[in-house]
Amino acid sequence: MSRKVSATRKGIVTAAAWAVGFLIFFPILWIIILGFKSEGDAIKAPLAVLTSAWTLDSYHEVQERSNYALHFWNSVILSVGSTLVALAIAIPAAWAMAFVPGKRTKDLLMWMLSTKMMPAVGVLVPMYLMFRDFGLLDSRIGLVGVLTMINLPIVIWMLYTYFKEIPGEILEAARMDGAGLKAEILYILTPMAVPGIASTLLLNIILAWNEAFWTLQLTTSQAAPLTQFIASYSSPEGLFYAKLSAASTMAIAPILILGWFSQKQLVRGLTFGAVK
Amino acid sequence: MATEHSRTAARLMVSPAVILLFLWMIVPLAMTVYFSFLRYNLLNPGMESWAGFSNYTYFLKQAAFWDALWNTLTLVVGVLIITVVGGIALALLLDQPFFGQGIVRVMVIAPFFVMPTVSALVWKNMFMNPVNGMFAHIAKFFGLQPFDFLSHAPLASIIVIVAWSWLPFATLILLTALQSLDREQMEAAEMDGANWINRFIYLTLPHLTRSITVVILIQTIFLLSVFAEILVTTNGGPGTASTNLPYLVYAQSLLNFDVGGGSAGGIIAVILANIVAIFLMRMIGKNLEA
Repeated sequence: MSRKVSATRKGIVTAAAWAVGFLIFFPILWIIILGFKSEGDAIKAPLAVLTSAWTLDSYHEVQERSNYALHFWNSVILSVGSTLVALAIAIPAAWAMAFVPGKRTKDLLMWMLSTKMMPAVGVLVPMYLMFRDFGLLDSRIGLVGVLTMINLPIVIWMLYTYFKEIPGEILEAARMDGAGLKAEILYILTPMAVPGIASTLLLNIILAWNEAFWTLQLTTSQAAPLTQFIASYSSPEGLFYAKLSAASTMAIAPILILGWFSQKQLVRGLTFGAVK
Repeated sequence: MATEHSRTAARLMVSPAVILLFLWMIVPLAMTVYFSFLRYNLLNPGMESWAGFSNYTYFLKQAAFWDALWNTLTLVVGVLIITVVGGIALALLLDQPFFGQGIVRVMVIAPFFVMPTVSALVWKNMFMNPVNGMFAHIAKFFGLQPFDFLSHAPLASIIVIVAWSWLPFATLILLTALQSLDREQMEAAEMDGANWINRFIYLTLPHLTRSITVVILIQTIFLLSVFAEILVTTNGGPGTASTNLPYLVYAQSLLNFDVGGGSAGGIIAVILANIVAIFLMRMIGKNLEA
């Protein structure tokens, strides 16, 4: 494994990797900086921006203009709520498919994934009309339902690949030792399943937080999550770079932090275990 | 282990998920199909009448449809090329030993967590704006004329924005795959005198095939329905220069209130996505068996 690497080579790679990393990260860094500038300074040339004074004004103004707390809570309720409901439906299903696989389990899994292939726009009209007729437009409960269904196939797949790795022999051994079904589930399966469930939870909160088709179509104000809160800045209006930056920073910060924690699980989760 | 009893229990455990997904898939879709055969405008409720295939012929005959179809494919293929090629290059770079791997990894992956409305608005205003954007400032610094990206190259600009969001995903997956590459095989090839191009073509690339497939599959699912980025940057314009199929259906049904026409467009989008899906599912199905 350990290859000898010359110091020069390592130095060059270090410089290149940092340069590329910085370039990719730069837009995010830039909005964090602009959020702490005044509107007049935020539109200046990059160097002038850096040397201008720092201020918290934009954060205050964003707060005055729209209720960040409300949209933040909507995002939390929508992403966490839909993920929890999806988990409640998916855990038994994935569990059964992993531990009691039948002849058609694989077909069933493929079919579930194929429902993800249906473009949302194909059902936009009926969904919109149903929401309108049931008075669900701009309501959190309706959107929780939609986000649950959107992510359900992914949740089932992720859980399935995690559960699949729990060895069946361990259950047989426990049974030999006289463990009952309750003890089996409580002391053996649960501890082994919890890490998989936790990373599924984390990843789906991220996906639901950033979902920007249904949240934009079906909400306007009261149930609007942060995706919609930011979209309200899409029509230009005087000077607004600093406000937009402050609002953007507040919209992405929670999930950025959560995302960094989950990056180890991200790959296998998002590729349904196909890449580990 | 699987007794008759546990089979029944298993069926009971799977059924809520299956029933819900089935309803979710079939009910709205059936309604879309039904609406697509109606003359139905939201501004004239109660005036619905049978339209036969006229919505379809209307939708397919408008020039906007062909533009949108072309734009959809360009967007998907453009972003795929940038992210797969860029992802391979980045993964190869980050796979080398260097100082601060953890921090660089965190920086590279960050854009993936940025919600589409934020990334699109930030690129549109802070970078691509022809007056105050950073690219305009840089152009002015070098005495060049600032370029109005979103007016003159709207689709290309959106491709760049979307690619920025997806490059981390491709990089991370390909990097993970690279790390499971057999180093000894690599060294053996090196000793046998294979240069890095040959090592890349005959060892690295075949090893990455499976993960590249996965990247393409998953990204295609999401890229076929790019919407928010277009809504907040160009609104599909100028003209139809950056209208893709999802945006066209949205415009038809919720901006023009033409439920029938929009539904026909939705069904066409579903059919197209299914053609892509069948092709892709075969690929991933094969890979998952391996």
